[in-house]
Amino acid sequence: MPNKIKGNSISKSISRRGFLKGAALGLASTAIPFGTADASIWDAFLQKHFREMNEDEIRTVIKRLEKEYDKKFDTKFNIKTTKAMPGTLFGYGLDLSRCIGCRRCVYACVRENNQSRDPQIHWITVLRFKKGEKWIDLEESEKYYYPGKVPEEGYFYMPVQCQQCENPPCVKVCPTQATWKEPDGIVVIDYNWCIGCRYCMAACPYGARHFNLAKPRIRKEELNPETHYLGNRPRYAGVVEKCTFCVQRTRAGRYPACVEICPVGARKFGNLLDPKSEIRYCIENKRVFRLKEDLNTYPKFYYFFAT
Amino acid sequence: MYALLKNFFTVLKHMAKGDKWYYSWLAFLSFFIIVGVASYIRQLNTGLILTAMRDQVSWGFYISNFTFLVGVAAAAVLLVVPAYIYNFKPIKEIVLFGELLAVTAITMCILFILVDMGRPERVWHLMPIIGTMNFPSSLLAWDVLVLNGYLAINFLISFYVLYKMSHSKEYSIQLIKPLILISIPWAISIHTVTAFLYNGLSARPFWNASILAPRFIASALSSGPALMIIIFQIVRKVSRIEIDNKAIFKIAELIAYAIGLNLFLFGAEFFKEFYSGSIHLAPMEYLYFGLHGKTALVPWMWSALIFNITAFLIFLSPTARENFLTLNIACVLIIAGVYIEKGMGLVVPGFVPGVLGEIYEYSPSWTEKSITLGIWATGAMLYTLLLKFAMPIYTGELRFLSKTGK
Ligand code: SF4
Ligand code: SF4
Repeated sequence: MPNKIKGNSISKSISRRGFLKGAALGLASTAIPFGTADASIWDAFLQKHFREMNEDEIRTVIKRLEKEYDKKFDTKFNIKTTKAMPGTLFGYGLDLSRCIGCRRCVYACVRENNQSRDPQIHWITVLRFKKGEKWIDLEESEKYYYPGKVPEEGYFYMPVQCQQCENPPCVKVCPTQATWKEPDGIVVIDYNWCIGCRYCMAACPYGARHFNLAKPRIRKEELNPETHYLGNRPRYAGVVEKCTFCVQRTRAGRYPACVEICPVGARKFGNLLDPKSEIRYCIENKRVFRLKEDLNTYPKFYYFFAT
Repeated sequence: MYALLKNFFTVLKHMAKGDKWYYSWLAFLSFFIIVGVASYIRQLNTGLILTAMRDQVSWGFYISNFTFLVGVAAAAVLLVVPAYIYNFKPIKEIVLFGELLAVTAITMCILFILVDMGRPERVWHLMPIIGTMNFPSSLLAWDVLVLNGYLAINFLISFYVLYKMSHSKEYSIQLIKPLILISIPWAISIHTVTAFLYNGLSARPFWNASILAPRFIASALSSGPALMIIIFQIVRKVSRIEIDNKAIFKIAELIAYAIGLNLFLFGAEFFKEFYSGSIHLAPMEYLYFGLHGKTALVPWMWSALIFNITAFLIFLSPTARENFLTLNIACVLIIAGVYIEKGMGLVVPGFVPGVLGEIYEYSPSWTEKSITLGIWATGAMLYTLLLKFAMPIYTGELRFLSKTGK
């Protein structure tokens, strides 16, 4: 596990920032003609790793980002930085016997989390399996199915998204610590720190990570301005993104968008540390399994059969 | 200071001088470099969507080339060992060219990594101290360290030797011995770390096989030296440098062992996958027989295998490997064979089928091809200039003023 970043080693950061700023200003004076030189470009370039910033620095960055987004999308954005609540470890449950493969969750997620519409990015993939086949063989699944009506006779469905692994290989491999696991178990990405090497995508066993191959595009009316720094704020070209259990909602005590929209109530969500939570009840009383358990990633995403 | 500057200009002047072949060669390379740079600028502005990479296959041609070139760089070791450790005279005379090739190959590796990055301007994030390098957890962080270290080692050795020679002085082997000794395990390590980069991912069964690192080394030690054999013959042709046939044949012999080992390990892998026939067979099946009707890589893989075997047979026979015609054919075959096998044949099947069973057939786009060509041309240009600089020093045509002004 990466452990270099613990607390805020401010003195080190300042000297690093100072060094870079000096170097960058030198470059700036040659590269950008005077007058057009926008200080915020350099502030963005020199922005520190989120976990290395102190409260003041975070506030400055948020202000800058809000201004930037405001200018770019002509919409007032609210970027929260709510921290994990102590005593929470989020877990997710999905009742396979109920899921009807309607993919409402997919699109609710897209809307809630400001995923790019063009090129399209979906954080949730719904796989369709033929009943009676060797179904856990994912190769037999179909991702592109276009039924007139769901559920289809003879098929069943399995949505897959980030499993918020307790032992996440994506975090282990990231060369810059741009992605990490929060105390409430959510694996997040600092979109301003990711270098877009895509090593995490190679490492994730669940295909949960998605890359912004081009500048993400969303129509202005479709933007969701209620965001979290580590979650659904607008992303950049060239960085990786993924499901965050709707960190902007769940840290405020709400359900993720996919849970809320599911028409058949197949999706459950709650605090794994709370013995009275619904998710704990499901895990303890249903037939539960986790995807690719042999890889020891310990997903906090539980599939179960209620009937 | 004055002498230094003067020497610097002497070198520049010398590097700029040449016959019409030299100029046309440089012009030829410049063409591809310019096209490559233009494509890269387009890619920077539009994003990696211009490549054929997608979420399902998130690494492609760039990383394939990177992997192959790490092998080329590591292969310098095959010269260093006989040259410095066994003091094999004919090779000792040419080891310098191997080291310069390593410098070139690593530079190209770094370029390939840079063009693959989504946010290249943030590259400082992964540097030690100024960034937050995830060391020791991320193998990519290790790779940054070992590759740059290897670049530094080879750069230091070759430039020290050249510096001394250019001032008509004997270089002290004692002084560079530690560097040379360390460069041997280091060469192995750059390839091992690169293999581990793939090897450590349990999500990708094709890579997650312990045979991967040994196979990397074996294939590197066959293709890299083969490339050198070809380069030596060119060097011999265009300069006054004498390269003993004995050196070339010795290298050819070493290559034979390396290919033999590589083929054996390949057989072991093939057997394990096909005999046990588990679900992890899929990538291998995709490579050699196609999967669900998708067969893009099949012809490539079989040609690579045939190339490798033919090359092996030629290198194995002393008469064939000591005949320059057959030797050169074998060299080209093994370079092509390993390029396919360790490039696309290694990177792509890691992603096919994807972790959720999807098959996305990847084949590089024009942007990827032209940027790749551009980087190869940059490498060729760099190596040409390095040789242009090193050769006259080597033959004694170019000598510098020492401080006393002689
Ligand atoms: S599912 Fe993939 S992206 Fe999510 S935590 Fe696990 S390894 Fe990381
Ligand atoms: S793409 Fe970004 S998050 Fe993923 S490994 Fe690279 S730097 Fe880390």
